[in-house]
Amino acid sequence: MVKAVTSFGGSGLSDWLVQRVSGVVLLAYFLVVGSFLVCNGAELTYEQWSAYFDSTFMRVFSTAAVLSVVAHSWIGLWSVSTDYLTERMMGGKGTVLRLAFQAASAVVLFTYLVWGIQILWS
Amino acid sequence: MLKVSLYRYNPEVDQEPYMQDVEIDTAGKDLMVLDVLELLKAKDPSLAYRRSCREGVCGSDGMNMNGKNGLACITPISEALKNGKGGNTLVLRPLPGLPVIRDLVIDMSLFYQQYEKVKPYLVNNTPAPAIERLQSPEERAKLDGLYECILCACCSTACPSFWWNPDRFIGPSGLLQAYRFLADSRDTATEQRLSELDDPFSVFRCHGIQNCVNVCPKGLNPTKAIGHIRNMLLSRGT
Repeated sequence: MVKAVTSFGGSGLSDWLVQRVSGVVLLAYFLVVGSFLVCNGAELTYEQWSAYFDSTFMRVFSTAAVLSVVAHSWIGLWSVSTDYLTERMMGGKGTVLRLAFQAASAVVLFTYLVWGIQILWS
Repeated sequence: MLKVSLYRYNPEVDQEPYMQDVEIDTAGKDLMVLDVLELLKAKDPSLAYRRSCREGVCGSDGMNMNGKNGLACITPISEALKNGKGGNTLVLRPLPGLPVIRDLVIDMSLFYQQYEKVKPYLVNNTPAPAIERLQSPEERAKLDGLYECILCACCSTACPSFWWNPDRFIGPSGLLQAYRFLADSRDTATEQRLSELDDPFSVFRCHGIQNCVNVCPKGLNPTKAIGHIRNMLLSRGT
């Protein structure tokens, strides 16, 4: 058993499951929004676009999509950082670089999350 | 004459590894790669590689032949050349991702440490029966495709996840063995075995690219076994 305190859920299974579920949510979201754009793209006005995202369904769905982006990205970036930014690959500076990368990723994703929710619900 | 490009490294003499180009007369025969190595060693006894059974059973002579891992003793020259890298030259390198001790001999300590982690032996806390623990033919059949692993390390050393994290990712070979005991009806440590695998590295670093399946000289399917472990963890954890 390998301890990993910075992984998303701490358990390999939960990270794996969140990665899959968030992937499905994002696919569904892009299909729904994509279909709307394909159907209305040519004559789409700002009012129609705004009204589309004003519905409770789209607000909830968009929030789920934002949460999915954050979770999916964190798990993916964390995996990349623990593959390549390691002491094994880079010597002593590996841990410092990995933690810095993870901290920067966390800041970006947290900002994205708060900003997204603010846009959707304000 | 067969052109051979050989990975050479003797840490007592060489500053760094290098590729040595040699030519060898195979008398037009499609020899096994191990036979080529034997001929080369007869010319240059300093060449180091592991070998034992010479028939694909012991798993000693795993190496990288023209870009693909395999057993030298059961790989004909013609098959190695088909692997794509090297053209008409037989290119022999040690298995990738583990430290080289000398020439084609690698240090397999990390590989064995991962194997040891999965407790590759039956655990059964119930009193031993007078003769033996019986299995039905169906229960026994579940071990087919698992018990045949010869620990040659061709699969694990073909896996990028194992290259990056050989100390934390069990690797395809170890996980095949882990499932061999999870699937065994006589083993009673399923819960403990699964608990020890449920972290972000041991099993879940497998991204299913199936390099392991592609190179296994015994035709085994570690990716499928890893999928079974994942399903067992899913059943247990949800």
